Amino acid sequence: MTVASTTQLVCFVILSSTLVLGSLAVVLLPNIVYSAFLLAGVFLSVAGLYLLLNASFVAAAQVLVYVGAVNVLILFAIMLVNKKENLDPIPGMAVRRLLSAAVCAGLLVLLIRVAITTPWALPGPIPVGEDATIRIGEHLFSDYLLPFELASVLLLMSMIGAIVLARRDVFSSDIITGEPADQILIEKERSPMLLEPNDPAPLRSSP
Amino acid sequence: MLSNTVVTEGLPSMGLDLQSSFIEALGGLGLGPGMARLLWLPLPMLLVLVSAVVGVLVNVWLERKISAAAQQRIGPEYAGALGLLQPMADGLKLLFKEDIIPARADSLLFTLGPVLVLVPVILSWLVVPFGQNLLISNVGVGIFLWIALSSIQPIGLLMSGYASNNKYSLLGGLRAAAQSISYEIPLALAVLAIVMMSNSLSTVDIVNQQTGSGILSWNIWRQPVGFVIFWICALAECERLPFDLPEAEEELVAGYQTEYAGMKFALFYLGSYINLVLSALLVSVLYLGGWGFPVPVEWLAGLLGQSVDAPLVQLITGAVGIVMTILKAYLLVFFAILLRWTVPRVRIDQLLDLGWKFLLPIALVNLLITAALKLAFPSAFGG
Repeated sequence: MTVASTTQLVCFVILSSTLVLGSLAVVLLPNIVYSAFLLAGVFLSVAGLYLLLNASFVAAAQVLVYVGAVNVLILFAIMLVNKKENLDPIPGMAVRRLLSAAVCAGLLVLLIRVAITTPWALPGPIPVGEDATIRIGEHLFSDYLLPFELASVLLLMSMIGAIVLARRDVFSSDIITGEPADQILIEKERSPMLLEPNDPAPLRSSP
Repeated sequence: MLSNTVVTEGLPSMGLDLQSSFIEALGGLGLGPGMARLLWLPLPMLLVLVSAVVGVLVNVWLERKISAAAQQRIGPEYAGALGLLQPMADGLKLLFKEDIIPARADSLLFTLGPVLVLVPVILSWLVVPFGQNLLISNVGVGIFLWIALSSIQPIGLLMSGYASNNKYSLLGGLRAAAQSISYEIPLALAVLAIVMMSNSLSTVDIVNQQTGSGILSWNIWRQPVGFVIFWICALAECERLPFDLPEAEEELVAGYQTEYAGMKFALFYLGSYINLVLSALLVSVLYLGGWGFPVPVEWLAGLLGQSVDAPLVQLITGAVGIVMTILKAYLLVFFAILLRWTVPRVRIDQLLDLGWKFLLPIALVNLLITAALKLAFPSAFGG
């Protein structure tokens, strides 16, 4: 074995073990903040696998979109609402866990079976390498144009939905229930609050 | 990275290729090309790492001296000539300080945070070219790799802000993430306009597209708006003063750095200064012609009756290239420092307004106009 192929093998083993262990930890850890940080690690090791497959553009896009945007937003949301509260115990927790574990295990067995039975064309196509960026661009604007545009429409819809949910105060009635909205726009006045001249300045009054 | 780094196939008439010379020299000693390449690999990395750290020392000294000048003081004076050894003293002090982890902090995340902040910044030096073949690796995705790597940083900041178990730290970390997300988009759009003009993401190709007629062919003349957007966003990404809200000392003690001491604090410090030098270098690569001399070197060589391929001329061109890159970068660093000591800090709502309501639309319009100009005048704006 040459140096390059050994390095590739070592990298593959390290990346895939961090990927598998990390994603197990994301699901199983009780602390949601740890799960979110580990999710970033999982995304990074997926990007590493893309690099090993000679898809550097996809790897960089993976880091930019999943680690840099999605994961940061998840963390952001967790940290903004990170309240310590004791949730009510859910009845039949053990049964629920067993059921979901069984579903996951069944899915795993199914996927492994598909992976084994599929006649993979080996060795695969020759990696395009650095031209991949151009090829991706060509595909996005020719035969994959419709999915591309649909994805952008989907993003637009979710954006409008988020704005509607966040700015419910601008509507006089609730969009979903039709009841009059009781939320008012909470915004501080631009001008500083002035104390009345005959007000005895309650903040500064000290014995 | 091993499998997809590309050996730079520089045009034969363009500058030195140290790597192939090194491999040839070792081949003369009886080593195979694979082995010689393996021996070569760590050398540029070490060199760039050392130069990044030295760049930080220079930067700290400049910051101290320029801030002193802006405030009519003298600044560091006694440590070495003109206080040149002061940054070394600062660094040694941080090295020997006690490394404190607060009792109620999350020690694992607390330690990992600064590392996650520093490592992507250092990795980004991979794509900074100092000459035609003078860079670690001419990866095809080049400048996109930098954008992707710099988006990892907020995770480190959030991590250290959360792990410190301190309200100021958490607020600082959240502010850092919000700021970084909002300024990444106009930054990427400004870069996209450049990429559109040079038809490549590779930093070497971007510089090569700006050579030809010296200072006149630099991108700053074709992308003045993009230059301003990129510079503002780069300052915001580096958390330099008009935008240093994450660590605003009057409001948040020191933001996410509040609980840090010793070497872990030094990692943040190093990270922010390496990031500043890196941003300045990338501004010079994207807009100021990279390693290009204001007067075309080929024309000068022709004036002196020398061939561009002559070894001595190649050596001089390479040296001029390195000096020009560093000179341009430090000119921008000088502006950044001057801005820091003369401009007041923006408020968080002003910061987000500027990012989302002003820079983003302007950057989009800039991109559209660039595309239109590229279609209308393919000779001037890249065919």
